[in-house]
Amino acid sequence: MNSGAQSPVKEPILSVRNIKVYFPIQTAGLFSGTIPLKAVDGVDFDLLAGETLGVVGESGCGKSTLGRGILQLLELSDGNVVWMGNNIGGLSFREMKKYRKQLQIIFQDPLASLNPRMTIGDIIAEPLTVHYPELSAEERTQQVKDMMDRVGLLPLMINRYPHEFSGGQCQRIGVARAMILKPKLIVCDEPVSALDVSIQAQIINLIKGLQEDFGLSLIFISHDLSIVRHISHRIMVLYLGNAVEVADRKRLYNNPCHPYTQALISAVPIPDPDLEKAKQRIVLQGDLPSPLNPPSGCVFRTRCPLARDLCAREKPRLQQIDPDHQVACHFWQEAQDQRII
Amino acid sequence: MLLDVQNLTTRFHTHDGEVCAVNNINFSVEAGECLGVVGESGSGKTQAFLSIMGLLAKNGSADGQVYFDGRQILGLSGNELNNLRGVEFSMIFQDPMTSLNPFMRISRQMTEVLSEHQGLSEKDAVKRSLDLLDLVGIPEAKKRFSMYPHEFSGGMRQRVMIAMALLCEPKLLIADEPTTALDVTVQAQILELIARLGSELNMATVLITHDLGVIAGLSDRVMVMYGGRIVEKAPVRDLFKQPQHPYSKGLLESMPRVDDSNNKSLYTIPGQPPDLQALPLGCAFIPRCEHAFAPCENQVPDLVKISSDRFKACHLEELP
Repeated sequence: MNSGAQSPVKEPILSVRNIKVYFPIQTAGLFSGTIPLKAVDGVDFDLLAGETLGVVGESGCGKSTLGRGILQLLELSDGNVVWMGNNIGGLSFREMKKYRKQLQIIFQDPLASLNPRMTIGDIIAEPLTVHYPELSAEERTQQVKDMMDRVGLLPLMINRYPHEFSGGQCQRIGVARAMILKPKLIVCDEPVSALDVSIQAQIINLIKGLQEDFGLSLIFISHDLSIVRHISHRIMVLYLGNAVEVADRKRLYNNPCHPYTQALISAVPIPDPDLEKAKQRIVLQGDLPSPLNPPSGCVFRTRCPLARDLCAREKPRLQQIDPDHQVACHFWQEAQDQRII
Repeated sequence: MLLDVQNLTTRFHTHDGEVCAVNNINFSVEAGECLGVVGESGSGKTQAFLSIMGLLAKNGSADGQVYFDGRQILGLSGNELNNLRGVEFSMIFQDPMTSLNPFMRISRQMTEVLSEHQGLSEKDAVKRSLDLLDLVGIPEAKKRFSMYPHEFSGGMRQRVMIAMALLCEPKLLIADEPTTALDVTVQAQILELIARLGSELNMATVLITHDLGVIAGLSDRVMVMYGGRIVEKAPVRDLFKQPQHPYSKGLLESMPRVDDSNNKSLYTIPGQPPDLQALPLGCAFIPRCEHAFAPCENQVPDLVKISSDRFKACHLEELP
C-alpha cells in the first residue's frame, strides 16, 4: 500500500460483507422451538483508513448489534469481516486477542462502562496490562498520564474512582481507555447520547481531534442525525437490520433518495423557530414492525408513503445510483423527485 | 395569568447537607400559551415543576407562592391537591413505562381517573376514554383498550399517557422531556400531537426539555435555567436570534445542526454543569463564562427586565 506516492484506488482498512447477526428466540406453546430475531440481516460496507462511517437508525434497527458484530463481541450468524486483509469473522476469543489492540470501542453509558471498584488509572491502564505485560509499572503510569492529559483529564486525578467524576469526564475516561493502545479503528456506540448538550460538543471535538492526530478510522453509531452529519464522511442508514441508504455526507443530507432517510431527516427539529415552524415534515405513520416478524419484501413498506404491490413481493437490493451513493428502494427516483425537504 | 409562580425555592435535605435545587424563581404561564423550559441536568427545571405539582421527594420542601387561576396551591395537602391534579393541571414524564401501572389494564387506569374526579358512570367513562385515545391517534383504540402497558410500544405508551393527562380537560399540561426516550420519527408524531391539542383544546403547555430544536418548534416563550435559577426569559424568536445570556448563546452555538453542512470544530462551553452543593459565591455560570468580570465573582446577578418582554440575569450590559 505504501509503494506509490499516490495510490489510485484506496484499499479499505475494513471490509464487511453480508454480515448477519441472528438471536434465537424461544417460542411458547406445545410445539415450542426457536425462531431467529434478525437483528442485522446482511450488511455490506468498506471503511478507509482515517474515515468516519456514521451509522444511523432508530432503536431496534440493529446499529449497536452491527458494531459489536464487527468487533466479534457478538457471534456472527453469517458473513465476513475482513480487517486489513485478514478475515476475523468467527474467530475465537483467544484468536481475536491480537486484533484487539487495533480495534476498540467506546460505549454509550459512561459510568456503567467503568468498573466502580477500580481507580481510573487502573481502568485506563488495563488494556496495557493485558496486551503489553512486559511494560514496567512506571512506563504504564507514564503512558496513562500522557493519555489522560491528551483527553483533558488532570493526570493528578489518576487515583480517583469513577463515581467522583461527572458524566462528561467519565466519557473522557472511556475515550482514554480505548485510545491507550493506539488502535486503528474505534467503534463509538452512541458516545454522547447520555451527556448534557454543552458536554456533547466537548466530547465530539475530542474524538475528532484524536482522529486527526492518530489517523483513526471511526464507526460512529448514533440516533442523532445532526451529530452524525457533523462528524461523518459517509453515512449508512439502517432500518430493521438492513442498510437502506449509504452515501457520502453531502449527498445523504442534500439529496436523500430513500423515503425513510427523507422522513428521518425531516423529523429532526432545527433550533430555529422560523425554519422549524414553517417546515414541512414527513410524519411517518405507525411504529417499527417487530423484527421477529418483519414485513415481506421491503422492510420499510409498512410505513412507506410510496409502497405498492412490488414492495411486498420483492426485497429491493442496495443499488449504486451514483459513485458514493447506494439506495435500497424500488422507487427511489420517484422519492427523489417528490422530496419535500 | 393561569399560573403565577413567585419566589419559588426548593430545597432537599441530604446526608451531605442541604441542597438548593431551585433558587427563588419567578415566572408565569398565560392561558393557551406554550412555555419552553431549557436547562441541563441539575438546572432545577424538573424540580421546579414537581414542586408546583406537589410531587417532591420526601426530603424536599418548597417555599414561595404558586397561584393557579388565582388560587395559592403551594403547600396544599395531598387530598386538596388530588382534586386539582389531573383536573386543572396534569403532568407527563419522560418515561411512560414508569408512569403507568404495569399490573392494570389501560381501560381501568383511564376510567378510574374519570370516576374518581368527575363521578362519571362506567359507560360514560369508557366512552370518554375511547374518545381521547382516538384523539391522540391510537389506531383501533377499542381493541387496544383492554391491553396492559407492556403491550404498547414506547410511542403508543406516551400517547396513552397524554390521553390520561387530558381526560379531565386540564387548563395546563406540564410535559417533562416528553419525547426524550422516543425515536426521532415518533418524536415528530408526539410533538405534532401536543401542538395540535394545545390549540384545539386551548390548553396551556409547559415543555421542559434539553433539546433546543423541540423548543423552537413548539414554544411561544422560553426560559433558560442554570444552577437552580432562571438566567434568561424571552419570546422564542428573540432567544434564538439574539440570546442575551452567555449560557443561552453557548448552548445554541454548541449544537450541531442537521441543516448545517459545516464540519469545523464545534463551539464548546468549557467545564462541567454546576455542582449544586458547591455553587460559586457569585454567578453560577462564572467558571464556564468567557465574559466574566469582577462583579460576577461575588454578586449573584438578578433577573432584570431588558425590554418589554425580555429578562436576563447577567452583569454584562450587553453580550458582545
